[in-house]
Amino acid sequence: MSSPATEIKADSAPMFVWNKKTKALITDPFLDDNPITVQVLGICSALAVTVQLNTSLVMAAAVTAVICSSNVTISMVRNLIPPQIRIIVQLSIIASMVIVVDQVLQAFLYDISKALSVFVGLIITNCIIMGRAEAYAMANPPWQSFLDGLGNGLGYGAILVTVAFFRELFGSGSLFGFQVVPEAAYDAGYENMGLMVLAPGAFILLGLLIWAQRSYTGFSEA
Amino acid sequence: MIEELLSLAVRSIFVENILLASFLGMCSFLACSKKVETAVGLGLAVVFVLTITSPVTWALNEFLLKDGALYWLGMPDVDLSFLGFISFIAVIAAMVQLVEMIMDKHTPGLYAQLGIFLPLIAVNCAILGTSLFLVEREYGFIESTVFGFSSGIGWALAIIAMSAIRYKVRYSNVPKGLRGLGITMLTTGLMAIAFMAFAGIQL
Repeated sequence: MSSPATEIKADSAPMFVWNKKTKALITDPFLDDNPITVQVLGICSALAVTVQLNTSLVMAAAVTAVICSSNVTISMVRNLIPPQIRIIVQLSIIASMVIVVDQVLQAFLYDISKALSVFVGLIITNCIIMGRAEAYAMANPPWQSFLDGLGNGLGYGAILVTVAFFRELFGSGSLFGFQVVPEAAYDAGYENMGLMVLAPGAFILLGLLIWAQRSYTGFSEA
Repeated sequence: MIEELLSLAVRSIFVENILLASFLGMCSFLACSKKVETAVGLGLAVVFVLTITSPVTWALNEFLLKDGALYWLGMPDVDLSFLGFISFIAVIAAMVQLVEMIMDKHTPGLYAQLGIFLPLIAVNCAILGTSLFLVEREYGFIESTVFGFSSGIGWALAIIAMSAIRYKVRYSNVPKGLRGLGITMLTTGLMAIAFMAFAGIQL
């Protein structure tokens, strides 16, 4: 728990600040502190929904919406949550947000919601959301938590869309469901790479992506 | 009946392995596969919790949440299925707590071994995923139990195999950016290819 003195200081600061520090909250998660490749959170859904660009874009938007709203909510009630039961409180807030997102998807994007199947529900146990709630929203004011959630959601989405781009392009020869590999190429003997659509393709592609990203940023595990 | 169940078990252990084909439980798979002992412990705990939560979530869905499930209360028009996620996660968290308490009382040895991993299981997506799968695929009571148990076995098999491989990888010369997560991902990919070889098996 933070001491009363620091709380007053935090409350007296302007609510919606926009400076270098808040900007870094959004930009950092793209490369230097990416939730998937650096923090190693939320891998499951990154692999499962990336066969097509459509589903992965919707998934990225859903996760971003959930992480922003849950971060803001948790941050607003952070001083009221008893530390012993904070996990279950966080889980129930996150689960409520996921139910809202799921109902919205079922109402407006039924086909994609069917294609995502259980993975919308699994946003609840997506470690990015729990991780950000625990690591950031529990200790920071709502506005900063919102930006942190937005940044991490978008950083997650960036990896998702990159993986989906390659998987759909090489696996089905299309992007967003539109054929991009010309018929002539198929006539000339080009074939779609079946491995990309299957599970192993996702693992290998993400492994290579992590390699590329870490070589670029210079991050390395011992 | 027995044959069908056996076929379901083999399918969910090998062919549709919950980790290698549905990508569930990746986080703890990556985090806890560094040592064989911890992998065995965590694998056992997951099998245990899955075998208990699967029939419980099935009953919850069948008698409380499904469309028309409240018929026995005289309310046939009520559809509470939108409460699925929140009640499943609550059941899982409660079950994990219960399992923890029972094990602490009766098998303190095993409890001490699994100690730190038990609470972690509540947020393992393999558990929630299995519950959601068995609802989506409309399994019956016995099928749900078998499905839960064999999914757990499949997950345990994958994490134990992985920890043994990582033990070997530690002595090899891996490129700098690929160390840790990267090489583990690639190895998992190769393992997934190996498990795909079971795809033709029909019992």
